[in-house]
Amino acid sequence: MKPGSIASGISRARLSLEELHQNFADLHSPFNQHEAVVAADRCYFCYDAPCIAACPTTIDIPLFIRQIQTGQPENAAQTIFDQNILGGMCARVCPTETLCEEACVRHMAEERPVEIGRLQRYATDRVMQSGVHPYIRATHTNKHIAVVGAGPAGLACAHRLALKGHDVHIMEQKPKAGGLNEYGIAAYKTVDDFAATEVDWLMQIGGIQLTTDCMMGRDVFLDDLLKDYDAVFLSIGLGGVNALPIQGESKDGSVNAVDFIARLRQIDDLTKLPIGRNVVVIGGGMTAVDAAVQAKLLGAEHVTIAYRRAREAMSASRYEQDLATSRGVRLMFNVQPVAVYGNDRVAAVEFEYMQTDDHQLRGTGETFQIEVDQVFKAIGQNLFDVPVNVAVTDGKIDVTDTGRTNVPNLWAGGDCARGGDDLTVTAVAAGRDAAEDIHAVLMVSGCS
Amino acid sequence: MADLTTEFLGITSPNPFWLASAPPTDKEYNVRRAFEAGWGGVVWKTLGADGPPVVNVNGPRYGAIHGADRRLLGLNNIELITDRPLQTNLEEIARVKSDYPDRAVVVSLMVPCEEGAWKDILPRVAETGADGIELNFGCPHGMSERGMGSAVGQVPDYIEMVTRWCKTHYDRPVIVKLTPNITDIRYPARAARNGGADAVSLINTISSITSVNLDTFSPEPSIDGKGSHGGYCGPAVKPIAMNMVAEIARDPETLGLPISGIGGITTWRDAAEFMSLGCGTVQVCTAAMTYGFKIIDELTTGLNRWMDDKEFKETSDFVGRAVGNVTDWQYLNLNYIAKARIDQEKCIQCGRCYAVCEDTSHQAISISQDRKFEVIDEECVACNLCVEVCPVERCITMAPLPIGAIDRRTGTKVSDRYLNWTMHENNPLTKVAE
Repeated sequence: MKPGSIASGISRARLSLEELHQNFADLHSPFNQHEAVVAADRCYFCYDAPCIAACPTTIDIPLFIRQIQTGQPENAAQTIFDQNILGGMCARVCPTETLCEEACVRHMAEERPVEIGRLQRYATDRVMQSGVHPYIRATHTNKHIAVVGAGPAGLACAHRLALKGHDVHIMEQKPKAGGLNEYGIAAYKTVDDFAATEVDWLMQIGGIQLTTDCMMGRDVFLDDLLKDYDAVFLSIGLGGVNALPIQGESKDGSVNAVDFIARLRQIDDLTKLPIGRNVVVIGGGMTAVDAAVQAKLLGAEHVTIAYRRAREAMSASRYEQDLATSRGVRLMFNVQPVAVYGNDRVAAVEFEYMQTDDHQLRGTGETFQIEVDQVFKAIGQNLFDVPVNVAVTDGKIDVTDTGRTNVPNLWAGGDCARGGDDLTVTAVAAGRDAAEDIHAVLMVSGCS
Repeated sequence: MADLTTEFLGITSPNPFWLASAPPTDKEYNVRRAFEAGWGGVVWKTLGADGPPVVNVNGPRYGAIHGADRRLLGLNNIELITDRPLQTNLEEIARVKSDYPDRAVVVSLMVPCEEGAWKDILPRVAETGADGIELNFGCPHGMSERGMGSAVGQVPDYIEMVTRWCKTHYDRPVIVKLTPNITDIRYPARAARNGGADAVSLINTISSITSVNLDTFSPEPSIDGKGSHGGYCGPAVKPIAMNMVAEIARDPETLGLPISGIGGITTWRDAAEFMSLGCGTVQVCTAAMTYGFKIIDELTTGLNRWMDDKEFKETSDFVGRAVGNVTDWQYLNLNYIAKARIDQEKCIQCGRCYAVCEDTSHQAISISQDRKFEVIDEECVACNLCVEVCPVERCITMAPLPIGAIDRRTGTKVSDRYLNWTMHENNPLTKVAE
């Protein structure tokens, strides 16, 4: 037992800098050329391949793998980027185990799919590391589009619009572009400042102006944008965090998991980031897993993910669950917090055992307590501050398949809009498809 | 437990697996390692006439093609015969044979097409105590430019002539090794028999260029920017070799001529196939050059288990068993009708059968919304392409239709009558005969 891990309360530098570097290294080391070719050789080049259908951005996976196999990762990368300009990030953070790799016929055959994610990273890294941006803008159209939010949807939309010759102005509330890629994903999935590097690489297309620290409703207003630009794309994500409706949830030591993750991602020196000795994460999604695993990697002694439903209902994949347990995180199912105790600071959380009958969750009446120094709340985010005239259903902006909202010249996509799965890859697809639709609309009206 | 002991031309070896004349048998050191590993015999790498030895290139000698995971499928080489002094080789052969009397040691020879040259070398080979000689009439590169190797093997008259010299001046078995770089393998085989050969061995390597370097535009292996055709061998040549073996085995003019099979033999299964086509022994090279001598353990145990399963007591029980089933196309039964069958339990839904049937064959496989692939009997001509491209073994099979069943492609009943092309109504020659 490291002395740092058993230091009481919330404490920084539970582990040495060296240990932290080791803990936060790349989750999957990148393929070298030999590994890539061996992995590529396993692809069967299926007819109408199931992996393509399972990819939200419909990348022609068998084609790019064949291009790797025949020694041209540059062509492979082009195949990927044509469909998904953030293919580099998606290669790192996509839950491939529930998307392309789950659909891989070798998963059916041998329970060992072709390692599509790592192959995609191999190809995209080769091109991105060369510094080359493989696209040239079309002739200037003199159309101007505002993109609100520089997350995956906004970036994908902006790139596709710029490619087609339009001028794009991205307005981002945070100091850096990238959205959740920059602020919301576990550090070990995107090492070496990859999110920022990817934004810089993407911006090489030209024609994209980025304004950071620019918030809609404070610095700019939707009505003005709709007047000043030919079209507006909203990709503002989910800015609010769902509250835990229980007694004591706002005591010191109880924080939103997304804030913890964002802080971790932006800190230069991980020994300066304090973490509790006993940590409880409440929730069952990827954010819960990312927070819990990173808490453990920072040196917390006990980390528990508490989820109110059964394992099967957890939105984090089995792969993510196993990743968490392999790092020493305890998973508890069918437990719901009922109170947080402590004087000023959190000291314990009381949980009630739950059961689900006919999809109805109900308490059993039996409770228990866990001692805690820190509670991370990861029970979901919500849409924040959308202008009243934009139609919203169930907390998400109503959009068509191509991202059109009820407001003329206003499109939306990414986590703020309906239809996606709150994944980077679905956001990219939404941004790309909205850009195509905006282009089609603007160019038709331009001719009339 | 079956007995693998093999007697071939009176030469006994503990198993039918010999190492072919090639780099693995160039030196005493290698051959001793081979015998220690368990190989039944060797054909010592080809000796040339006394005098200054041949000179090899000092750059790469091998080129290759690979399958998935860089599995070596075909190898070519531009190496010549031994480049070590004749006397050194002869002394080593004598030592090895004396230390391993139970193993077959055959010496490969290649000297100029003059009786004197053969008359000089043969007694010296005989002195070593080697069990026999193999005449290298096959090497397609380098030596052939000097009138030896395949230059002899491509002229049946020369084969017969040289074989006769050898039979005159040497009293142990003479095996003639044939080149595949000809149009009809039966002619050189007949010539060898006419010259008195005790056996033929085949195939030697196939003239080949394995690849071209797309930066330098030089064929590989490249020697200072130039390439020369090499001799091709390995798993890729097995089908070519087996056909040639079968052609000789079923040729009435060479019937009964012993054959030592060579060409891409990599596993016990390959060996059993060659032997069923009439080979009394088999010779291996590329597999050893790919994986080392240890493969002999798989070859012997594999052949042994298969023989036990088939209740064969010794190799002669199955040598030649398949020869009678090799026939000409015109005698194939056109009333034999099969259909592809897809085992849905085994299917992994890759759809390759569908892609190839739809794009390149008979549109006889359907795909459903949920990727179920099924054979359309009305279209299936039983071509077997789907079977061969399916990544799962035995997932797709060819099932013969029973006699009396309706072939839904033609609407006709499967007949019990044997009908070949020579009897078919569409054959103009059949009509002439009537």
